Amino acid sequence: MGSVAEERALGYGGLVSDLRDVYESGRTRDLEWRQSQLKELVRLLREKEEEIFDVLREDLGKHRGESFRDEVGVLAKSVEDKLQNLKKWAAPEKADTPLVAFPATAFVVPEPLGVVLIFSCWNLPIGLVLEPLSGALAAGNAVVVKPSELAPSTAAFLAATIPKYLDSKAVKVVEGGPEVGEKLMEHRWDKVLFTGSSRVGRTIMTKAAKHLTPVALELGSKCPCIVDWLDSNRDSQVAVNRIIGAKWSTCAGQACIAIDYMLVEEEFAPILIELLKSTLKRFFTKPEYMARILNKQHFQRLSDLLEDPRVASSVVHGGYYDPKTLSVEPTILLNPPLDSDIMTEEIFGPLLPIITVKKIEDSITFLKSKAKPLAIYAFTRNEKLKRRIIDETSSGSVTFNDAIVQYGLDSIPFGGVGHSGFGQYHGKYSFEMFSHKKAVLKRSFLIEFMFRYPPWDDSKIGMLRHVFRFDYVNLFLALLGVRR
Amino acid sequence: MAEGVARELRASFAAGRTRPAEWRAAQLRALVRMIEEKEADISDALHADLAKTHMESYLHEISLAKSACKFALKGLKNWAKPEKVPSAITTFPSTAQIVSEPLGVVLIISAWNYPFLLSIDPVIGAIAAGNAVVLKPSEIAPTTSSLFAKLLPEYVDNSCIKVVEGGVLETTVLLEQKWDKIFYTGSGTVGRIVMAAAAKHLTPVALELGGKCPVIVDSDIDLHVAVKRIAVGKWGCNNGQACIAPDYIITTKSFAPELVDSLKRVLERFYGKDPLQSADLSRIVNSNHFHRLTNLIEDKKVADKIVYGGETDEKQLKIAPTVLLDVPLDTALMTGEIFGPLLPIVTVEKIEESIDFINSKTKPLAAYLFTKNKKLQDEFVANVPAGGMLVNDIALHLTNPHLPFGGVGDSGMGSYHGKFSFDCFSHKKAVLIRGFGGEATARYPPYTQEKQKILRGLINGSFIALILALLGFPREKR
Repeated sequence: MGSVAEERALGYGGLVSDLRDVYESGRTRDLEWRQSQLKELVRLLREKEEEIFDVLREDLGKHRGESFRDEVGVLAKSVEDKLQNLKKWAAPEKADTPLVAFPATAFVVPEPLGVVLIFSCWNLPIGLVLEPLSGALAAGNAVVVKPSELAPSTAAFLAATIPKYLDSKAVKVVEGGPEVGEKLMEHRWDKVLFTGSSRVGRTIMTKAAKHLTPVALELGSKCPCIVDWLDSNRDSQVAVNRIIGAKWSTCAGQACIAIDYMLVEEEFAPILIELLKSTLKRFFTKPEYMARILNKQHFQRLSDLLEDPRVASSVVHGGYYDPKTLSVEPTILLNPPLDSDIMTEEIFGPLLPIITVKKIEDSITFLKSKAKPLAIYAFTRNEKLKRRIIDETSSGSVTFNDAIVQYGLDSIPFGGVGHSGFGQYHGKYSFEMFSHKKAVLKRSFLIEFMFRYPPWDDSKIGMLRHVFRFDYVNLFLALLGVRR
Repeated sequence: MAEGVARELRASFAAGRTRPAEWRAAQLRALVRMIEEKEADISDALHADLAKTHMESYLHEISLAKSACKFALKGLKNWAKPEKVPSAITTFPSTAQIVSEPLGVVLIISAWNYPFLLSIDPVIGAIAAGNAVVLKPSEIAPTTSSLFAKLLPEYVDNSCIKVVEGGVLETTVLLEQKWDKIFYTGSGTVGRIVMAAAAKHLTPVALELGGKCPVIVDSDIDLHVAVKRIAVGKWGCNNGQACIAPDYIITTKSFAPELVDSLKRVLERFYGKDPLQSADLSRIVNSNHFHRLTNLIEDKKVADKIVYGGETDEKQLKIAPTVLLDVPLDTALMTGEIFGPLLPIVTVEKIEESIDFINSKTKPLAAYLFTKNKKLQDEFVANVPAGGMLVNDIALHLTNPHLPFGGVGDSGMGSYHGKFSFDCFSHKKAVLIRGFGGEATARYPPYTQEKQKILRGLINGSFIALILALLGFPREKR
């Protein structure tokens, strides 16, 4: 394989074929190899924790508290979890066989897909690389990771650090922008995971189609948060804590599962807004507790949302932004027009529109008219409402009385549906995302059913009918030549 | 027309018609009734389209379709139930479950070689999962296509399950609409077109494609039984026009003569001295494919490798079972999927070499091995990637509803059959239910040192950290 510049110039053909050779050699399939890679990942997270906090602060202004909570902490736990379960996941799983196929054994064997490509996004630049990477390695694949160039310190960190811990022959980090991504997609992969915007997702899938490369797309969406009337003050405070945690405390709202907007009964809205204001003050005592807006483009995008006069007039808290420092303060809006950009596009920032409804059940009708989001949140004690939300809406996931925390739970799949994408990972699902479940059926040469073979006549067909009805008694009798 | 169909189905789905378990069960029961009442019509259609014998139609299409329906009816209730899963200390107290929900309105594009089964099977899964469905049967099996268009409305809920007939033009228009999933069975070429069309709407796809299914034949076997199974798996499956039919055999140079001999004897027993006259062989589906196949064997480098058969009848569109030995590997016969009654035998020095040979080609939908040697069996399973595999038989694995059926690599993506069909057309929605208790202030800014310590413990699953967090540590200054 040549130098980075050479590879780029040649369109990465060398890189891909080298990895294919490594994979074909069987290196990555070995269970011990996989375990060693996962152990090294755990070691990387532990030893490089400070560096990770540094690069996340450089790229996004994330406080180490947030970085630990959302990226490092959950990741380390998740990789340990994979280590513990690897043997179980990689083992063949027995399947039932209908008696009529006796004697036979059936099982399903997970096998790696081969050489896989992971595109990450800039907002959770460590987590969105290392979580799927751990799944791909656990499943026995060779992997190429392309971190987002919009988080350059993290990308450089990954490019320098991953080779020091993981098997650099089988795991490669490719840095660069969209052109690099395009060049990579010219090749055939055994699977591609893409996290990012729908626009780019479409391009990735279209390119993948040329090679019949299977893809998983984790896309953006407007994640709604329904807040029902909460009687107790304590409940309201807890709800507000968690809402703030899921908006401004998570990369300043720049997260695919951050709360995008809220749906609240008109009478409850003022109460909620007052509580949000006071809690925001208590939480964000220092500016460094909220992450930065990524860059000028995103700042521009967000300030444009507020420029719309109809939107500006709906601001009830905050609304101040400074192009010099690229900062946007936590902003709450009350009923901006539904056709404004802030209500039609994914916000991905620290602006929180509140849409009021007459009764809280109306929020379900509202949601049904919109594209399926990655997550739906609802704060309520009303069991009937919960049931209706689960049954009548569709989303990647639903979380009641909290938000974002579903991301760290390994027992549930993480992924979108409809416009928010397809394919799921986290925990065991990360392993399965990069595996093929191969069906295996073994028969012996004993016991031959003569009626399987031509020339065919009615009596043979008759016997087969017994077989297919699992009518063993009649089959047995027919085989004995006794007619019924 | 496609647009109108999609719109109508979307309205039916949005109205919730397809969601109740009773509706789904009623549709499936209606399909069972349809198969039972119209078995003769179905068999006739298959005979008209493919000259398929009644036996094959019953064995490979009708009975499998019926048992798939019944299996879905039995499993429906359980499959649709939410699955409780463990929650974590970090979110204590909470409960978590995975809820299966229908994707919405799905498009199923079927193939011509098993035109009845390959239409009904995915439709069963789509209905069981609670979706509205459009079925586009293959126009290359026109009688079966018309049969669907006539019969389905008589049995199932026409506002939610529709048949759209047509060829490339109609399919293209269908592919321009937005669907919640597209299920396609057919060739890799069209599979690419389907996936590219789906990409425009970010529609997930399942592609059941083809490939060259290899059969390794070791010498350590019961030869007679093996050859019968290979023969019926090849020529008894629509005369080789099946995605899981053996495409080629690999055996050792030393064993090949015995194998060829046995094949000849079995073939004569099955199909007589003049196989073109046998009623037990399907014909080639149309003259396009007939000429494609005859061209393969007319190639000079191929023609003199024929060791049995080779007879063709253009008027009847029939080709006799043909066995070839050591055809040059660069011929079209050896590089492309055959999909017909030609069976080349490739020879190697040692049987172990066959694994590398198979792996030098794209991943097949099915790979087969005949041997009593356990070590070879284990090596085969461990080292040959394929959609599915069968040891000592052919094709049967697709009749086991407990095994996922689907391809990998060039042979496709996604799987179905049994519960896998239900899953194929479902979205597994994660639901996490918390209460207002268990508030861990350690989560929120200001991010003090003490908070970070507790959070660290909490995320690592420490019970003590949980207790501390629940007790409100660290104490907040108000």
